[in-house]
Formats: sequence, C-alpha cells, structure tokens
Amino acid sequence: MDALEIARWQFGITTVYHFLMVPLTIGLGLVVAVLQTVWLRTGNEQWLRMTKFWGKLFLINFIMGVATGIVQEFQFGMAWSEYSRFVGDVFGAPLAMEALLAFFVESTFLGLWIFGWKKLPPKLHLATIWAAALASILSAYFILVANSWMQHPVGTEIVDGRAVMTDAWAVFTNNTALVTFPHTIFGAFAVAGGFLLGISWFHLYRRRSEGIDSVDVNGRVIVGEGTGKGRTRDRTDYKVWISSLRIGAVIAVVSFAGVAFSGHEQAKLMFEQQPMKMAAAEAACHDGTGFSVLTLGDIRGDGATSCDDVVAVFELPGLLSYLANGDFETPVRGVNTLIPEYQERYGTHYPDEEYLGQYAGQEINYLPVMEVTYWGFRLMITLGGLSAVAAAVALWLTRKGTVPQSKWISRLAVLGIAAPFGANAFGWIFTEMGRQPFVVAPNPQMGGVDQVFMYTAAAVSPTVSAGEMLFSTILLTVIYGVLLVVELVLLTRYIRGGVGSAMPELHQEKDDSANDPDQHDGDVLAFAY
Amino acid sequence: MEWLPTLWFVLIAILWLGYLFLEGFDLGVGMLMGTMARNDRERRVMLNTIGPVWDGNEVWLLTAGGATFAAFPHWYASLFSGLYIPLALVLAALIFRAVSIEYRGKARGTTSLRLWNLAMSLGSFVAAFGVGAMLALTTLGLPLNANGDRVGGAFAWFGWEAVLGGLAVVGYCLIQALAFLRLKTDGAMRVRSGVLLVRWMPLGLLPLVLWALVVAYRNDSVIAWGLLTLAAIGLVIAWGTAKRGREGHSFTWLGVALVLGVATIFTAVFPVVLPSTLDPAFNLTVYNASSSAYTLKLMSIVAAFGLPLVLAYQAWSYWVFRKRIHENHIPEVHQVTAVVK
Ligand code: HDD
Ligand code: HEM
Ligand code: HEM
Repeated sequence: MDALEIARWQFGITTVYHFLMVPLTIGLGLVVAVLQTVWLRTGNEQWLRMTKFWGKLFLINFIMGVATGIVQEFQFGMAWSEYSRFVGDVFGAPLAMEALLAFFVESTFLGLWIFGWKKLPPKLHLATIWAAALASILSAYFILVANSWMQHPVGTEIVDGRAVMTDAWAVFTNNTALVTFPHTIFGAFAVAGGFLLGISWFHLYRRRSEGIDSVDVNGRVIVGEGTGKGRTRDRTDYKVWISSLRIGAVIAVVSFAGVAFSGHEQAKLMFEQQPMKMAAAEAACHDGTGFSVLTLGDIRGDGATSCDDVVAVFELPGLLSYLANGDFETPVRGVNTLIPEYQERYGTHYPDEEYLGQYAGQEINYLPVMEVTYWGFRLMITLGGLSAVAAAVALWLTRKGTVPQSKWISRLAVLGIAAPFGANAFGWIFTEMGRQPFVVAPNPQMGGVDQVFMYTAAAVSPTVSAGEMLFSTILLTVIYGVLLVVELVLLTRYIRGGVGSAMPELHQEKDDSANDPDQHDGDVLAFAY
Repeated sequence: MEWLPTLWFVLIAILWLGYLFLEGFDLGVGMLMGTMARNDRERRVMLNTIGPVWDGNEVWLLTAGGATFAAFPHWYASLFSGLYIPLALVLAALIFRAVSIEYRGKARGTTSLRLWNLAMSLGSFVAAFGVGAMLALTTLGLPLNANGDRVGGAFAWFGWEAVLGGLAVVGYCLIQALAFLRLKTDGAMRVRSGVLLVRWMPLGLLPLVLWALVVAYRNDSVIAWGLLTLAAIGLVIAWGTAKRGREGHSFTWLGVALVLGVATIFTAVFPVVLPSTLDPAFNLTVYNASSSAYTLKLMSIVAAFGLPLVLAYQAWSYWVFRKRIHENHIPEVHQVTAVVK
C-alpha cells in the first residue's frame, strides 16, 4: 500500500470511530438537559434519577468523543498537508470557529455541570447542561459546513492554485450544509432513541423475570418493589425505565421521519451536485427511473466495462426519479453517460506532475467503488428503518405498562441499540467514498461550482512516508480497539448497575458504614473523580 | 490590511500562551500524580484540583491548531506534516490522558487502577514533551524544501532543539503544577508542594530560559533581549515569593514570566513562523504563509467576539471551583455494586 491508501484508511477508521461517539453525545446531551428541566419543574424524584443515570452514560461516552476528536483536528495537517494548503483559506475558518465558539463552551460548561451539582444554584446548574448540549449541536453545524464545502465548494475562487474564500455567507449557508445538518442531527437522535429504548427494555425485562413486576389478567402491569443490597428496585425505579423506554421509542420514530425527509432533500441536491455519486449509489449503468432494491452481478468500480455485467433483479419503477427530481419520469443519468461527461470536463488522465507521485499521468477512474456506495446507501436506510419499526412495535408492546416476558425479544431490543450506530457509519462511508476520486468534488451540472476541485491523490502530504502513515494508523487503530472494549465494559457495568450506579446516595441510607467519622459532611464534594 | 497577518500572529501567540499557562498545570499535575502522591487518596486530591477545568484547558490547544489552520494554512500544513511521528505520539498520549481522567475512578481492582495511573502520568509527560518539541522547532527550524515539505526522512526533526523544547515545557509544567497544587490544596499536600516548588524551581525552568536565550541570540533583536530580561526578573520574583510562602504571588509571577518568555520568543522570530534549515528563502513567514485578507477579516470579527467571551466564562468557572481541596473532602470510592445476574 502506498502512503495515499494508508492515509485514506487512517482517515476512514478514525472518523467512523469518532462518529460512533458523536451521535450519542449530541442526542443524549439534549435528552439529559430536558430530563433535568422536567425534574426542576416537577420536583419529582423519578426525573432526577433519570437525569443522573443517563447523564452518567453520557459522560462515559463523551470523553471518548473528545479523545478521538483531537485526532481529527490534527490529522488534516499531518497526513493531508497539500489538502490543508489548498483549502485552508476556506475550510480552516469553520474549524477554528468550531473550537472557539463551540468546543470551549462544551468543555467548560460540562465541567461546571459535572462538578457543580451542589455548588451552583439549581437553575444555573441546569443552564450549564443546556449550554453544553446546544454547543455540541453548534459544533456539528460548523464541521458539517466544512464537510459540505468539500461536497459543494461554494463562495470560493481559485487564486494562485489555492481556494480562496470570497463569500462567507455562501459558505455558511451552503444548501448542502443546510440539508446535511438536519439529516445528521436527526441521525444522532435516532441513536439516542434506540439507546434509551434498548437499555430500558433490559431493565424492565429484568424486573419482570426477577418477579418484582407482574401483570394482571388484562395484561396490565402490577408494579412491585424488591429489596436487595445496593439495588434500586422500588416503584420510582419502575417509572424511570418505563418513561425512558417510551420517550426513547418516540424519539426513534420521529427521528426516522426526520432523516427520511431530509435524506430525500439531500438526494435531490446530490443528483444536481454530484450525479456520479447518485448513479453509483444505484449501481445504475444506464439512464433510468427505477430505484434498485436488489442488484446483482459484478458491481465493482473498476471501470465502465464491468458495470455492464450488472443485473437489476428488482426495481421500484419511478422511485429513483422521485428521490432525485421529485417526479416519476425524468430519467436519472447512469454511469455510462456520466463517465464521458466527467472525462470531457476534467480530463482523462491526471496531470503528469511530480506532486501526484505514482498517479502522475495515470488514467483517472471517475467511478467510486460501487459495492460500497450501493450497499452503504441501502444499509443506512435499512438499519435506520428497522430500528424505527422496532421502536413503533415497542410502543405498542409496552402500552400496558411493561415488556413481554420473552427472552429473545429482550435480546433483540438490546441488540437494536447498535442498528442506528451502523446506519450513521454507513451514511458517512457512502457520502465520503461516493465523492472519490475527488476530495473536493466539482459540481458538473449547469450552474454548479465547476472549477474548484481537488483530487484525493493530490491531497496527501508529499514527503510523509508510507512507513510513517502505517505507524500512526496501526498505533491509533490498536488504541481505539482497546478503548472500545474498555468503554463497552464500563457502559455495560453501569447499565447493569442501574440507577444506583449513578446515585450512590440511593443505597447509602441503608448502609451505616458510610458514615465515616472524620468526614465533615458539608464539605465533601458532591462529585469527585 | 497588511497588519492583519501580524494581528493573527499575535493572536496565535496568545492562544499558545493560554494553552501553556492553563494546561501547564494540569499536564504537570498529571505527571506529579505518578511521582509525588503517596497514596490513592492523594492522587484523587490532585486529580480533583483539575477535574472541572482540564477539558476546557485542552481546547486552547485545539483552538491554537484550528486558528493556525485558518490563518496560516502553510504553517499548519508544514509544521504538522513535518512532525508526523512526534505528533502521532502526542495524540496517543492525549487520548490516554483524557480517558484515564474519566475512567480511572471507575476502575475495579488494583491492576487496572495502576494502569490508568500510568496512562495519566506517562500521557501527560509525552504530551508536554511533544508540544514543547513542536514549539521549539517552529522557532528554531525544520529541513523544509521550497514547497514547505520536510525532507530527510521521518526523523529529520530530531535534534537538540527538539529535546530542549521538550524539556522546557515539561519543566515548566511541573513547576506550574507545584505552584498550582500549593494554591488549590490544603493539608499535607499543600505543604509538600510548597517545599518541592522552592527546591526545584530554578532547575525546572532552566531549559525554558535556555530556549528563549537561543532564540533571542539567533535573531538578535533588542526588544527580545529586553523582554527576556524582564522575564528573568519575573522568575526571580516568583522564586522569592515562593520562598516566603506567598502562594498567590508566586503563582502570578510565574504566569507573568511565562507571558514575557513567550513574548520574547515570538517577537524574536517575527516575521518568520517556521524557518527552513536548508535555505532561508524557503522560510515560512507571516506574509507568505497566511490566508487571504478576506478570511483574516472574518476570523478577526469572530475572535473579537469569541475570545473575550471564552476568557469570561472560563474565569467564572475557576471562580466557582475556587475552594481548596483537602483529603477529607474526597468522598469514598463508589463501586458499582449491583451487578447481579
Ligand atoms: C456532526 C457532528 C460531528 C462531526 C461530523 C465531527 N464531530 Fe468532532 N465532535 C462533535 C461533533 C462532530 C461533538 C458532538 O461536538 C463532540 C463529540 C464529543 C465531544 O466532546 O464533542 C466532538 C468532539 C471533537 C473534538 C474534541 C472537542 C473537545 O475537546 O471538547 C474535536 C477536536 C473534534 N471533534 C474535531 C472534529 C473534526 C476535525 C471532524 C471532521 C473530520 C469531526 N470532529 C467530525
Ligand atoms: C469535515 C471534514 C472532513 C474532511 C476534510 C474529510 C476528508 C476526507 C479525506 C481527505 C479522506 C481520505 C480520502 C478518501 O479516501 O476519501 C476521507 C475519507 C473518509 N472520510 Fe471524510 N472528511 C471529513 C469529514 C468526514 C466525516 C465527519 C466523516 C464521518 C464519519 C467522514 C468519513 C470518511 C470516511 C468513511 C472515509 C474513508 C473513505 C475511503 O477510504 O475512501 N469524513 N475524508
Ligand atoms: C429514508 C431514509 C434515508 C434517506 C433517503 C437518506 C439519504 C441520504 C443521502 C442521499 C445521503 C448522502 C448525502 C450526500 O452525500 O450528499 C445521506 C447521508 C447520510 N445519512 Fe442518510 N438517509 C436516510 C436514512 C438515514 C438514517 C436512518 C441515518 C442514521 C440514523 C442516516 C445517516 C446518514 C449520515 C450520517 C449521512 C452522512 C452525512 C450526510 O451527508 O448527511 N441516514 N443520507
């Protein structure tokens, strides 16, 4: 593998990994803020417990988002120095604003929230979690502006071979960003919804199988109370889980409507701005109107020839045109039509220049890896859709107040937590790989931005060796692998522990030994590492 | 608008200064957790002095990086790609450090606790050393070609300059952390950090002074020499006040000396932001490495609004957590007990 390929793997691995933490941070952050608000409004202990429990899981996840985000910020300069030189004038601005206007708020106010439980007046304390949660949404906006500019480079001119910003308003209100932002945020809430749902299901199931809750002849729940050292199994505990479950299920269903709607808008724009990505997403060789449900054959991206072996097994007529244009007739151009168009506009071969390394003078392959775009697109929709259907079913199944006592449904519910994470990852893999061979994609359509673009092959750091790239890729991948296990172990431990794991005070009352004589109670920190 | 790049040079110097001053003590506390603490309770006292603020401090690094990207893309690209290996290690260190702060208290068993302690102290050390090496090399030079790319292989950056810079920041962080712990803790920890501070301050700050001397000597500017002299005076006062047990004063004077020291270094190198050791014609300067006037203007407006705001709420958060921490304030370790099949 050459340095370019390794750098791409590294970026892909580290970014998808970062984006495992990100949607949960965004979604759960706001959920916790709302829970705490309800607690302050009602004074009902149930909501405090929910705030503490979900807040704990939020923090365990948040720290991994921070740790992996730093890698993202440094990586542009380290591995993609030519890219950084080319785009810095435009792309650096949202990145710097993200740090200055969002990350500072997020980190400072979260610190205040974690440690401020007894130090700040309740309303001010509530304000700190709102500030942190809203800042994480703001940070998403800035980074998506940066990313959308790579998909649709507006507000820019090329001066001396570099992209130079000429219109900040155009960059920050890029139509690509305006549709990507809601799609990503709804995607994040889909994750949070599934997370609440799956974990609450697990706890309600345990309460039932331990005989604490039972059902009457009509299937209505009879809430019980259990004892046991260090365990919260009282009536409030029941309310914590049933409320979380139903809130999570509603969030999941609504978010799916949100991603579907915004995704449709994105598809229309993509058809206009990056027609090749759309064609590759459909494995569509020839112009057509049908949305492929299943396409078999040799859908590998090694040139137009193999594309002709593709056999569409099942298509929904007209749907593709609807996705792309909003009507059922206008044909969407296929790969075989587009390749000559791209070749005519951007040339058939890479320039024969030194900075392109081994790609200098080579033929350009304008077709992204079709297996990835085709399946990435479908997996995103399918996994997201499945979790939404599951959430709707869960709402129905729990209408009488508890979960059915079926082992495999409860396993499925826990497993279902993963589906929205997968949908997010596949969405990004599709978006980013569908843009190849460009890192900054030109928009060939009429009225598109046509002259601002950069080949991925030209973006990598010229004198950083493959060995160096390999070193960091292996280093980071190993660390990430280990830390993923650690995070999952910790999350599982705190999830199994239930609310008590986040609220030691719940079982201290029953436990006399907690009254350590040399502690002056008023001074003990409400929270400490 | 020729002054815009210069303004941004100053702003980036300020961001680095903010980073060194703030994360200085929390990197130092991280390192000291491995050496100075006598037991786990003391380690927790130390950790909780930085607990609410360390992440906000670290964002200064991200902002310094992001602002360099936006205002001086060539500087960002050449420096970060040139120092590929050390920065990869810094990233690994920062990851371990961040995660250990949140996870060490959740560890079960002494082995995992020990591993997290190691991650914290070693991570803090490597991060401080690497950032120091990077800052030293951006003032003392890398072998860059005409395009600004490092030549000479993966370790072309390695030399006494990198070691000096690394030691300078490590030493500074340790001293800063001792002054901070003395200010933020009570009881045995307060006494001990005071003793160590007075004993080690001259040696700990020596590499930093040497680095500033080398930079001032190489670039020979009167202002730089003047600032360096003032910085030295500041250090002497910091030491004197530390000896007399004036905790707040010595911490403040240490900060003043840092401001002057960083000012020395940045004024001396101006307008060069990253010298090439191969040919001065390849030097990256404030003028040839910067973004367009349009972008700089936009960023200036954002910074004029954003930076004072950040300073205000970060100052407020330090105010909220101003109370000294004593061993008796640390609650019992809370173990997740309810793991029942
Ligand atoms: C849609 C949202 C989104 C996307 C696409 C990305 N991030 Fe991210 N990032 C966040 C949303 C986010 C967040 C929700 O704001 C995080 C997650 C956990 C956290 O602390 O903040 C975060 C953390 C985070 C941090 C640490 C902040 C801190 O210390 O508090 C950095 C430096 C970055 N990110 C940088 C990046 C870069 C350079 C990306 C592009 C490749 C990127 N992120 C993709
Ligand atoms: C916002 C700034 C971003 C920039 C500058 C950026 C840039 C890049 C670059 C340079 C590559 C390597 C070239 C390539 O293989 O495509 C890449 C690949 C990739 N990026 Fe992005 N990206 C950004 C955001 C994201 C985000 C937020 C994700 C979400 C998870 C993402 C997912 C990916 C994936 C999965 C790959 C691997 C594709 C491959 O191997 O070809 N990117 N990106
Ligand atoms: C009916 C359902 C959906 C449709 C029509 C849809 C459509 C799209 C399209 C067209 C893109 C590519 C945008 C581009 O490259 O310009 C995209 C990207 C993406 N999708 Fe979806 N999507 C759907 C469901 C989902 C679900 C359920 C999730 C996650 C839970 C999700 C998460 C993402 C993410 C994270 C991206 C990459 C970021 C972006 O470009 O917005 N999508 N989606």
